[in-house]
Amino acid sequence: MTKISKSEVEKIAELSKIHLTDNEKEKYSNELSSVLGYVEKLQKIKTDNVEETSQVTGLTNIYREDKVSNIWKADKDVKKNTKELLSNAKEKKGDYIKVKQMLG
Amino acid sequence: MEDLLKLSITEISEKLDKKEVSSVELTKLVLEQIKLKDPEIKAFITVSEKEALEQAKEADMRISIGKRLSKLDGVPISLKDNILTKGIRTTAASKMLKDFVPAYDATIVERLKNAGAIIVGKTNLDAWAHGSSTENSDFFTTRNPHDLDRVPGGSSGGSCAAVASGMGFASFGTDTGGSIRQPAGFCSVVGLKPTYGRASRYGLVAMASSLDVPGPITKTAQDAAILLEIISGKDTKDSTIVSNKTFDSNLIAKSQKLKAGLRIGLPKEYFAKGLDPKIEEKVKDAVKILEGQGAKVKQISLPMTDYALAVYYIIQPAEVSSNLARYDGIRYGYSVTSNKRQVTSIKNLEELYLKNRGEAFGSEAKRRIMLGTYVLSSGYFDAYYKKAMKVRTLVIKDFEKAFKEVDVIITPTSPTLPFKIGEREKDPLSMYLADVYTVGANIAGITAVSIPCGFVEANRILHIANRDQNKNDKPYAISHKLPVGMQILGPQWSEELILSIADKYEKLIK
Repeated sequence: MTKISKSEVEKIAELSKIHLTDNEKEKYSNELSSVLGYVEKLQKIKTDNVEETSQVTGLTNIYREDKVSNIWKADKDVKKNTKELLSNAKEKKGDYIKVKQMLG
Repeated sequence: MEDLLKLSITEISEKLDKKEVSSVELTKLVLEQIKLKDPEIKAFITVSEKEALEQAKEADMRISIGKRLSKLDGVPISLKDNILTKGIRTTAASKMLKDFVPAYDATIVERLKNAGAIIVGKTNLDAWAHGSSTENSDFFTTRNPHDLDRVPGGSSGGSCAAVASGMGFASFGTDTGGSIRQPAGFCSVVGLKPTYGRASRYGLVAMASSLDVPGPITKTAQDAAILLEIISGKDTKDSTIVSNKTFDSNLIAKSQKLKAGLRIGLPKEYFAKGLDPKIEEKVKDAVKILEGQGAKVKQISLPMTDYALAVYYIIQPAEVSSNLARYDGIRYGYSVTSNKRQVTSIKNLEELYLKNRGEAFGSEAKRRIMLGTYVLSSGYFDAYYKKAMKVRTLVIKDFEKAFKEVDVIITPTSPTLPFKIGEREKDPLSMYLADVYTVGANIAGITAVSIPCGFVEANRILHIANRDQNKNDKPYAISHKLPVGMQILGPQWSEELILSIADKYEKLIK
């Protein structure tokens, strides 16, 4: 049975961009192992000539005209729209969202 | 007035037409019911009283000039809190979106508003719709109106508990693996999972995009049909909608009899070990009633049933990990930068991401994000994700084969009665097993409805403190009734058929 070690949990958490406490690492090592153990039953099924399903509607290539449209029914007042959209950001400066330094 | 709250949309719509009651009166009645009942049931995260009363006034204006927009015009309903509402906080019951106010309406909300619906509030769920009990809500647990010590099911538990206790005439939920049907069964209401591609997902807080569908939670099958008609159809903002499929709710009311020669299949894998015998009995009794109306019942087999849940617990977390990657707390959502002391210790953007996500995601969201990240990661992709996508094909074939033999499949909605609050919380896998009868429909993209099929006795243990030491100190049990849900599954686009069967069944047992 698959056992996810604590260091593997650390690696997965890093890929997931989630900071974990030490207690959490321990907890997820057990819980992820248990769920992965459960889904392992799929290995028993032969799927050599089976195609993968990634969608169920059978639709292909939905096009639209390459035209700007007001899908949000946005207000004609651009400033009001900007204010509305920025209202959920925690750190702002004027009409900009502030972020931390990206490098270094 | 209490009795008005028990009526269906169809019935209340007639009263509005005849001006026996106004939309404002009805809305006030529902808001009062929420004030009275919700402190113990805890179905609502947000009650939008002011907006609802404004909408109701407008509806009354339309009614006064004889221009009602639809049967829903002037009728108070609620929405699961992962459905975006412009200007009204939408949280997905998550700490991450605790104070998020959307700048736009979901397509289904836009359509409901265009039909005149009065939105009284936003209901509780397992955070991000991850769960089967609402215990995973980052805020609080909703209680089952039929037994306050038990869960209402989930993830649309708040919506189902609200409809079951007269706090709105209907609600909307989302169903990724059973999140509309399982709580509908637990709360004794009707819950419809439409065919994938029937109703727009635009403006839903995405969970697993190849499985998610929005759908109605109502008191009757007829009401579910009315609401499905309003929300379904082409949407330029969701290109997975199959645009030539329309749905006419009138067809259900028109058909007076069960479809001649209706063939019902009972999959042996669903009536097997693990199913509560009291539930089995109730569902089989219901099937007998349909048999009495000329339906032909036969046992069928869906050999992939056991594997469908395993497929679900690979594909679903994989898609969850991708969908929840957008929550970084920068443009919106929880950010540690609100806490000035923390701010100075964070050096760069990477660290901010880690902190924001580490603090704002609850344990179930973290579990699913990491599970998904693992099955999609290089080296494990083929063994888990690709394998699951292949077995998904086999699950679909299972249903296709079955639907050559029978018109619909009937099963219990859940193998167990509503469980006690706290009973499964400690073991995530036991919670996942609650979805075993419902995930198949999402994997295959077909439609299914859960309808009430009666109540069974369950024992409720009461511990009385300070009892006489000399007497037998065993806790005593009082008998107590809990609801059973029956699931009717049909092929893609067969909503008319399954709702029509549900409608006939409701009328037969009345």
